[in-house]
Amino acid sequence: MTNSAKHRLTRREVLGGAGAMTAAAVISQRAAADDMPGVTATEIKIGQTMPYSGNASAYGAIGRTELALFKMINDQGGINGRKLNLISVDDGYLPPRTVEQTRRLVEQEGVAFMFNTLGTPTNTAIHKYLNMKKVPQLFVATGADKWGDYKHYPWTMGWQPSYRIEAQIYAKYILQNLPGAKVGILYQNDDFGKDYVNGMKDIFGDRFDKLVVKAVSYESTDPTIDSQIVTLQSSGANVFVNITIPKFGAQAIRKVYDLGWRPTHFITNVSASVGAVIKPAGVEKAVGIISGVYLKDNTDPAWANDPGMNEWRAFMSKYMPGADLNDVNHVFGYGCGLTLVQVLKQCGNDLSRANIMRQAANLHDLDVKILLPGIKVNTSPTNYHPIRQLQLAKWNGKTWERFGEILSATAT
Amino acid sequence: MSGVLHQVLSGLATGSIYASLALALVMIYKTTHHVNFAQGEMATFSTFIAWSLIEAGFSYWVAFLLAVAVSFVIGLAIQALLMRRLANAHVLSAVGVFIGLLLIFNSISGWIFGYTVKAFPSPFESGNEKPVLGGYLSAHELGASLVTLAVLLAVYAFFRFTTLGLAMRAVAFNPQSSRLVGIRVDRMLALGWGLAAALGAIAGIMIAPIVFLDPNMMAGILLYAFAGALLGGIDNAAGAVAGGFAVGVIEALGGAYVVGTELKLTIALLSIVAVLIFKPNGVFGRHVVSRV
Repeated sequence: MTNSAKHRLTRREVLGGAGAMTAAAVISQRAAADDMPGVTATEIKIGQTMPYSGNASAYGAIGRTELALFKMINDQGGINGRKLNLISVDDGYLPPRTVEQTRRLVEQEGVAFMFNTLGTPTNTAIHKYLNMKKVPQLFVATGADKWGDYKHYPWTMGWQPSYRIEAQIYAKYILQNLPGAKVGILYQNDDFGKDYVNGMKDIFGDRFDKLVVKAVSYESTDPTIDSQIVTLQSSGANVFVNITIPKFGAQAIRKVYDLGWRPTHFITNVSASVGAVIKPAGVEKAVGIISGVYLKDNTDPAWANDPGMNEWRAFMSKYMPGADLNDVNHVFGYGCGLTLVQVLKQCGNDLSRANIMRQAANLHDLDVKILLPGIKVNTSPTNYHPIRQLQLAKWNGKTWERFGEILSATAT
Repeated sequence: MSGVLHQVLSGLATGSIYASLALALVMIYKTTHHVNFAQGEMATFSTFIAWSLIEAGFSYWVAFLLAVAVSFVIGLAIQALLMRRLANAHVLSAVGVFIGLLLIFNSISGWIFGYTVKAFPSPFESGNEKPVLGGYLSAHELGASLVTLAVLLAVYAFFRFTTLGLAMRAVAFNPQSSRLVGIRVDRMLALGWGLAAALGAIAGIMIAPIVFLDPNMMAGILLYAFAGALLGGIDNAAGAVAGGFAVGVIEALGGAYVVGTELKLTIALLSIVAVLIFKPNGVFGRHVVSRV
């Protein structure tokens, strides 16, 4: 804005005269109003797209949780006297609709920034647009690694540990603890699945082709993945890296068990939910499976009396009565919302887009209480991956039993 | 070699899923000459009804029968309230309504029952017994295939040996002549819708234990069921079932040995195109000449 204003100003200067004066006055006036778009003395307007309908509609729970959380914050007086006004609209997980809705939110509603928009393909569709417009695309709800690319996209930031970081952690564990590993990989044939494969490649390097005896993909529209599991079993793999979304995660756990195949089985955090994956697959069939976790899972008895989770449960019962407490999406949305609240608090009264981004990149050891003990939110101008820690956990038939230290990896 | 056998078995297991839904598609086509795109979502909704009845404490078979009966009524209602008004409309209007129904049923399922994946019980296994055939086919997959075959027999007998079945076929084929010979056309069409919805419910209840229950359970399956139905001939119940199993096996073998997993769906769809070009009525279909 300032650049183009300057530029226009010099052109006007060449023309000279009173016209230049008027133009300059208009421009500087507009610049003042543009300083904090979407912010008034009483309100901060925030935009969001969510799949409330369509294939990914299970994740709509995240948006609903955030709406409820901000209602709670507003009931408590808001932030610095300003109420949070989250405009959360449905994009059906369809990128063209995400673009349309985002443009409407930015250009007509005039939101201050976009928050926790959900999905990899959907966020990809608005990635360039928001960065060009210099509108913060904060804490996107997807684990793709590219949201941490502060050099090329300084207005975009992720939140959860990226898929690639997670895969690097599994790969390191395999190298250090499983000599003679023959790895079989099942991955979803899209950015989500390929990020994990790339993370394994980061660590295995030249040895990838030797260590990985078979890698097969599936499409999210496939009804079952039985045939792929049979292929992996017959490849002789003794380590199985299961990169699937919940439904196929549950199918894979059951099929591996039914086949009598007993590999060391890693499952992605995306599919580590007790309620959505382990229980449907059968708690005894999942015994021994390893995953990386960073959130407290409400179905895990370990958190029955945890103060952080008690706060979450109190919030849920008051602001989201009747919601499914087994759904980890409610925990996720709550955590993202609390992180944003901290950013806005840090902004004080300077709620310009530049300062919102500056504060988002200025979080130090933030303790979001639904994260596992020891996992903290950390950002800096050169670190746009707020959570980059995980702990490995093994399913023991009743709960995810965490073992070893909190692990971290650096994304490339 | 055992690898091929294992792929065939897992293909048959998946094929049993396609076959059961393909039967419901055949039912609606035989009685109304429409292809109902909402069939899958309606089946999912029926399965959710069964699921909530079981959750509410009903025994499996009571829930099963109630869900099938409720689905039958829903089918009747859709015909009476919606399709009857479109009786003389262009075929594209019907297609529009089917797509609308697809979206409505999908959203209603999610709205009422939520989107988390749910386990659905099977009548054929308690969860603890040894897997059949080394785990390549589960007891439930075997049982579900038998149910599909039983339903197939029932459908065949119904159309072949009962006057009601004959009347329904006549209505689909030529509504005007049927009315002239005294058949209550609307009633027959409604019955067709009801029966198709009931078959869909059975399919859904048999499929849910395999793929897990969620509102989008049928989205991918419907496509393969179409492939199966078209492959076998969409007005031929036995053909559709055979087609469903065939698509499952083709897909498993092709994915494992020929084109790789990324092009699995493509070979299934290519096989449809091939059938439609070389044998438009399906491998088992008959060529029908209609005289007006």
